[in-house]
Amino acid sequence: MSQSLVTMSYIIATILFILSLSGLSNQETARRGNYFGMLGMAIAIVATVLSDSVNSYVILILALLIGGSIGVKAALKVEMTQMPELVAIMHSLVGMAAVLVGYANFMDSSSNLAGVEKIIHEVEIYIGILIGAVTFSGSVIAFCKLSEKISGKPMLLPARHWLNLGLLIAAIVLGQLFLSQAETGGGTLPLLLMTVVALAFGVHMVMAIGGADMPVVVSMLNSYSGWAAAATGFMLSNDLLIVTGALVGSSGAILSYIMCRAMNRHFLSVIAGGFGTGSGGEAAVVEGEVQPIDAEETAKLLLAAKNIMIIPGYGMAVAQAQHTVNEITKLLRDKGKKVGFGIHPVAGRMPGHMNVLLAEAKVPYDIVYEMDEINEDWAHVDVSIVIGANDIVNPSALDDPNSPIAGMPVLECWKGETTIVLKRSMASGYAGVGNPLFVLENTRMLFGDANATMQAVLKALKG
Amino acid sequence: MKIGIPKEIHQGEKRVATTPEAAEQIIKLGFSVCIESGAGLNANISDEAYKEAGVEVVADAKTLWQTADIVMKVRAPERHPELAIDETELLSENGALISFIWPAQNEALMQKLAAKNVTVLAMDSVPRMSRAQKLDALSSMANIAGYRALVEAAQHFGRFFTGQITAAGKIPPAKVLVIGAGVAGLAAIGAAKGMGAIVRSFDTRPEVKEQIESMDAEFLMLDFKEEGSGTGGYAKTMSKEFIEAEMALFAKQAMEVDIIVTTALIPGKPAPKLITEAMVLSMKPGSVIVDLAAEQGGNCELTEKDQVVVKHGVTIIGYTNLPSRLANQSSQLYATNLRHLLTELCPEKNGVINVNMDDEVIRGTTVIKEGKITWPPPPPKLSAAPAPQTEAPSVLAPPKQPGPFDTIKQFLPLVIGGLALFGIGSVAPTSFMSHFTVFVLACFVGYQVIWNVSASLHTPLMSVTNAISGIIVIGALVQISTPGLIITVLAGLAILIASINIAGGFLVTRRMLEMFRK
Repeated sequence: MSQSLVTMSYIIATILFILSLSGLSNQETARRGNYFGMLGMAIAIVATVLSDSVNSYVILILALLIGGSIGVKAALKVEMTQMPELVAIMHSLVGMAAVLVGYANFMDSSSNLAGVEKIIHEVEIYIGILIGAVTFSGSVIAFCKLSEKISGKPMLLPARHWLNLGLLIAAIVLGQLFLSQAETGGGTLPLLLMTVVALAFGVHMVMAIGGADMPVVVSMLNSYSGWAAAATGFMLSNDLLIVTGALVGSSGAILSYIMCRAMNRHFLSVIAGGFGTGSGGEAAVVEGEVQPIDAEETAKLLLAAKNIMIIPGYGMAVAQAQHTVNEITKLLRDKGKKVGFGIHPVAGRMPGHMNVLLAEAKVPYDIVYEMDEINEDWAHVDVSIVIGANDIVNPSALDDPNSPIAGMPVLECWKGETTIVLKRSMASGYAGVGNPLFVLENTRMLFGDANATMQAVLKALKG
Repeated sequence: MKIGIPKEIHQGEKRVATTPEAAEQIIKLGFSVCIESGAGLNANISDEAYKEAGVEVVADAKTLWQTADIVMKVRAPERHPELAIDETELLSENGALISFIWPAQNEALMQKLAAKNVTVLAMDSVPRMSRAQKLDALSSMANIAGYRALVEAAQHFGRFFTGQITAAGKIPPAKVLVIGAGVAGLAAIGAAKGMGAIVRSFDTRPEVKEQIESMDAEFLMLDFKEEGSGTGGYAKTMSKEFIEAEMALFAKQAMEVDIIVTTALIPGKPAPKLITEAMVLSMKPGSVIVDLAAEQGGNCELTEKDQVVVKHGVTIIGYTNLPSRLANQSSQLYATNLRHLLTELCPEKNGVINVNMDDEVIRGTTVIKEGKITWPPPPPKLSAAPAPQTEAPSVLAPPKQPGPFDTIKQFLPLVIGGLALFGIGSVAPTSFMSHFTVFVLACFVGYQVIWNVSASLHTPLMSVTNAISGIIVIGALVQISTPGLIITVLAGLAILIASINIAGGFLVTRRMLEMFRK
């Protein structure tokens, strides 16, 4: 296949990728969008394989087949609650691939660049490997945190900001060293050292971030994996890689921005890790008595209500309660009640996590609402059920300027008539913030495992 | 322990301290329950119903009092008309008594009980806090009294409550004024609204305004600044000026409304006189006043305790036994309150009560502990009404004035970015610049496209971008044919890894999208 034909195929693939992403703007076109993406990928791969420069078909096809079948298996097996882990591990794979390609390219002595072009090419290799390594180690840590192989708590080293700065300086110094040595054909050692530094940086960065900030981290790593691909594109002078990498990179960046806005936190303060960077005074301590309720009374309240809103959080995912919740929803809807779901942007451990879980449980997506769609309507809600969520329904975000989550937009469910909060026990949420919602007069606490209590409510509704 | 429920002996008292349903629950706590024969008859509960619930029926009051470890009653002990002996005397030594006591008004009774060396829990002394709500007998009785007050008013009122337009002409709705929006007042408001009347209400405590309005009644505002909330959610005595303004408001309302329900009480004091004779005179003939404060002297000057009188064409009802006039209902609620108290007293469900004076609820309710008078309790810590939270400003810290430093901070990234671009432009060769152009344009395309993605599809977006970033496979494909074993291995590995991403990403996205159904 001639070079022009390959380039033309790349252009087609690029267009298909853009169409693929724009297809996700709503549910009707999303499936078509995904097929566009597959088609684009197929065209790009076939065109590259058939191009003149490729001839090691055996290894190539073998690698494609093995990798492909692992991917297929993973995709078919994964539970929807494990989506954040899957996404995180896939980010790490992109990072890994970028590092490998970078090294391969570095060892490839066949290029005949000289002067500035050679320096730029070396800088590109250096940056490509750097981003790839950070993405790889960061994603692996994120994966471990999400799958609870290591604790979700932020690990805050004493001088962590200085440590980060030190690693950055080390990377720059090693870069200098690498460039000066590469001119004479060497530079492998600084490159390897830099890779170690970058890996350490990725580990340290994600270790310092807590469980509730995971949506930001996952989307940030998504962004990094894009930039890694783009850097590889520069390295190989391949526009398809550059364009695709830039698309993915900006997608992840926008998602991170949306997540940060939903928590009213600055991107840098999330990345730097830890809470309480901005607030001065002590947050108000919550005092009062909670009023418990049992499953049967909950069922009675639900049967008496007309307008019901369910607010799921990460606790619902942990307890795998989404199917029970759907059955309750179906039952109540059959009884002529209006049931809706209110989703906070950072509910769960990755952007859109709750929507996927509800979709898996076959909750129709047109009764699942965004926070902005429903925050005006709480006055008309008779009963709202909070399932395994805490900070996203915390009134002190609005009325206590000293609260660590002050200014974060929250679902204002306490404006409805009654709020039922499902909770394992009386512990505070991730942020360590007491939640005044629990002691409000129109709040009832339903203690226990979310799935077990929802089952009991379902039984009471049927009986 | 054995719990005994005697028949009430007070004149006209129809309530009983337990019902079969409550007794069943009490037995589950490990107690045994016996009841005097015929105790529930006035509340329409037969002895058979009690027997079915596992309650022992005792024929004679004396045996019952003497065999029971705990006696539960409605009214405070008084002289037994048939046995000609005081009920206090019947109480077994070291026993316990749970009933209404009114320790402030009945000092002699308290002394007598203390002399018997017993433990007494007064249902009128349950502290007003949210945890104790389920055993607050005063509230449940007040609720019934408020409801019944309206029913009594309707009985004596010669017109419809609801407005109607009939073939025979238009009927205006009745106008009801409820003074004091405590539990009884709110119950009266609810009953009056239910019957279709126009309801207005007044209270000295501003925090009840919301509650009144939530029941669709009108809150009468007094243009006067004085807070009327005392401790424990009750009202306190107001200043002279306030009372004058209040009286002017009532005088004006008296001319307009058809029915007045007064529920104004201040703990431990005679009821304030709010409706004067002149106001009664100004009311329309056929109007009705129900005075729920008749026990404490009445809110209306003309009220006669326990009587219905007609003065100046206005019926004034001064019943003090309104809960008893709804005997079955009030017995049910009172029995449930007692059951909740027993649950608190017997947390281990072993049928033995533990008067734990460290528990704020039990401490407040206990007026005599083993012969020692423990009344009055230390003041309650929390008011039943929530502290006004709504007034807290929802706006956070005052907006920072942007100083010159902030302005610099805002533009600094732009300046640095611009300089960097120029820096690159000054040294970079053309081939790099063409790639760079593509890169920047692609970033902007991505920016435009991604903002349109629906938030509910963010997870599929991430997995599809995951798949797409597997495009890095192209880089590996290009390199795999370069001579050199290490390169081939590295590139082969990269292909393998990237193809995991491609296949996995697209398939899992497909799986997810298949789930999104209307």
